[in-house]
Amino acid sequence: MNRLSGAKALVEALERQNVKVIFGILGGTILPVYDALRDSKIRHILSRHEQGAAHAADGYARASGKPGICMATSGPGATNLVTGIANAYMDSSPVIAFTGQVNARASNSSYIIGKDAFQEADIIGITTPITKYNYQVREAAEIPKAVGMAFHIATTGRPGPVLIDLPKNVQTDIAEIEFSDRIEIRGYKPSSEPHLLQTKKAAELLVRAEKPMILAGGGAIISDSSQELLEVAQLLVAPVATTLMGKGAFPENHLLSLGNVGMHGNPAANQLLLEVDVLLAVGTRFSDRSTANLDSFCSDAKIIHVDIDAAEIGKNVSADVPIVGDAKKTLKTLSEMITTQLKKRDDSAWLKRVKEVKENLQNSVTNDEMTYLKPESVLKELRKMLPEDAIVTTEVGQNQMWAAQYFKALKPRTFISSGGLGTMGFGFPASLGAKVACPERLVVDIAGDGSFIMTEQELACSVIENIPVTVIVMNNSVLGMVAQWQRMFYNRRYFAVKLGQVPDFVKLAEAYGAQGFHVGSISEFSQAVKEAMKSEVTTVIDVPISPEENVLPMIPPGRGLDEMVDDC
Amino acid sequence: MGSDRINVIAALVEHKPGVLHSVANMFRRRGFNIESISVGPVEQNGLARMTITVNGDEKTIEQVVKQLNKIIDVVKVIQLDPANIVTREMALIKINVPDTKTRSDIINCVDVFRGHVVDVSPETLMIEITGGPDKIDAFLNLMKTFGIIEVARTGITALSRGPTSIKIED
Repeated sequence: MNRLSGAKALVEALERQNVKVIFGILGGTILPVYDALRDSKIRHILSRHEQGAAHAADGYARASGKPGICMATSGPGATNLVTGIANAYMDSSPVIAFTGQVNARASNSSYIIGKDAFQEADIIGITTPITKYNYQVREAAEIPKAVGMAFHIATTGRPGPVLIDLPKNVQTDIAEIEFSDRIEIRGYKPSSEPHLLQTKKAAELLVRAEKPMILAGGGAIISDSSQELLEVAQLLVAPVATTLMGKGAFPENHLLSLGNVGMHGNPAANQLLLEVDVLLAVGTRFSDRSTANLDSFCSDAKIIHVDIDAAEIGKNVSADVPIVGDAKKTLKTLSEMITTQLKKRDDSAWLKRVKEVKENLQNSVTNDEMTYLKPESVLKELRKMLPEDAIVTTEVGQNQMWAAQYFKALKPRTFISSGGLGTMGFGFPASLGAKVACPERLVVDIAGDGSFIMTEQELACSVIENIPVTVIVMNNSVLGMVAQWQRMFYNRRYFAVKLGQVPDFVKLAEAYGAQGFHVGSISEFSQAVKEAMKSEVTTVIDVPISPEENVLPMIPPGRGLDEMVDDC
Repeated sequence: MGSDRINVIAALVEHKPGVLHSVANMFRRRGFNIESISVGPVEQNGLARMTITVNGDEKTIEQVVKQLNKIIDVVKVIQLDPANIVTREMALIKINVPDTKTRSDIINCVDVFRGHVVDVSPETLMIEITGGPDKIDAFLNLMKTFGIIEVARTGITALSRGPTSIKIED
């Protein structure tokens, strides 16, 4: 037992959780914690907007697999975290947010929670639907337990963000503080062991399948099951498609890799989903962007659905064999069962078909024009230059879909993207978080001009805090994806999508003390990437892309996997 | 929702601030319809029981139960078997009483429905009635002819018949 202030108890509890870094911005109601943090070994990284702090914590979590911590003051500080928290929630990322709050109790009772004090916001009410759990601490003595619960809940089962709200008096109050590792939450007992009978049923289906296929989602990455996935795929000779969140779970240069499924997925993946007889879906929630119209999604196939979150089973797609369990454990058990049951069988017809579809539906390489570069050649060149373990983040929109199409991810946790919420402005701060988590690796944000502008102020953070990353701005001077939709579905009635030729991204980078390059050809691009790779400051590479450039092929909204279109 | 039936779900939850908000918020966010909800502390330490009636088909109810289970402060959820439960609801009804003849007519009805008169004023009567929702609906229908001033219904609460319970081990 120790007599400590709530603020000191919080910092000690974080140190006991082995927290190395916090992304945040301070303010009036979180000052006591910052005062205690000053004496700690925990590194604090000053973001320039709280949204940046939340995304950086998210990027840190996704790159490392460890929880990412962000911190903000009450009111606007807390509400600025909201987009980042919602983003983490949609993509099951263990972000833990600590927010200051006005006093819960004070000698002058006019200025307490509920009286609309300065910078008061009901952040618990606001974040209830976008957190796995949130909690307002009411007594200093509760702090170690609240921190323990936050870490336990955020990182176990299906991970997700947790927010802990800290009224100022709770931070300043002195109390007898007891630190304990014991966590007992009677309403939270996530199970990760798959049901054996169900798994056996799944194995039998897979062994008998003539045209098996695997669909891997973000859960395959979160559970670190790439090895098991590879084993099962090779045993079954089953091609593997991934969702956007699952990109990297299976090496995309593998013979059995089909790339992404869905709206902008690889045509081969979409086509083969229409032909399979048994689909093994692992760690995916069958999002609308992945399945397209459900009427034509795997209508003739038996579906085995593995997910650690029971509520995902049957939510969007009915499963023939539902398995609630950890993807890694389930795949491991499946692989053992398959090995013992598998008889020598003739897979050549299916493998031949897979190869044939992959070859026939390959995207054609087009040449670069004079003024503009082709996203495809830019991203393929980037892949050639970057080592396998380099981490790529993306913004949202065309840049993201081009990255998904043309940049092959070879390892898990090397492709970090806002899949569920589709948050423009995510990629750059997330790249800073990823770089902090993995300082020895190269980190590149594949951006669009529209997205990058949304959080470009974090250039200041990257320069001052010494977090060098590379930003590749696919600059078409429009909000490209919505422009494409206006082109395709609104008869080219462009409205509110033109951004103009501002800012000058090289000057913008230089204004922050970063470096920038305009490039006009692939050789200039590759030269700029080389410079970026050896640079000690962040590099922004401005790549001219035609405003008419599309992400194709695509499935128009509301249509099915069999309705992919190739042109506008 | 013509073919949908009323389903009764019982949930044991942590008895602390914000839990009702989490539960109600989940229903709103996911587009589920709460028909009624009643909450009260139970005999076990720090727990409360929510009895929730929900409209929806089997698939919807399965999702409701799963989504409820995901809320950390929800300790246990069961769907009560409609063929094997006792449901009760209580209503307080304030009725206009223009004259003594009407007053005795109303009191006769109250007796038939085994309700109680709990407040009397020169112009009004307040009646307490307990029973299944159908019984209360029927009584309210009857009272309409007299002129209902105000109704407060508790919403359904329910327990399964026999020895089974939602109780958790301490």
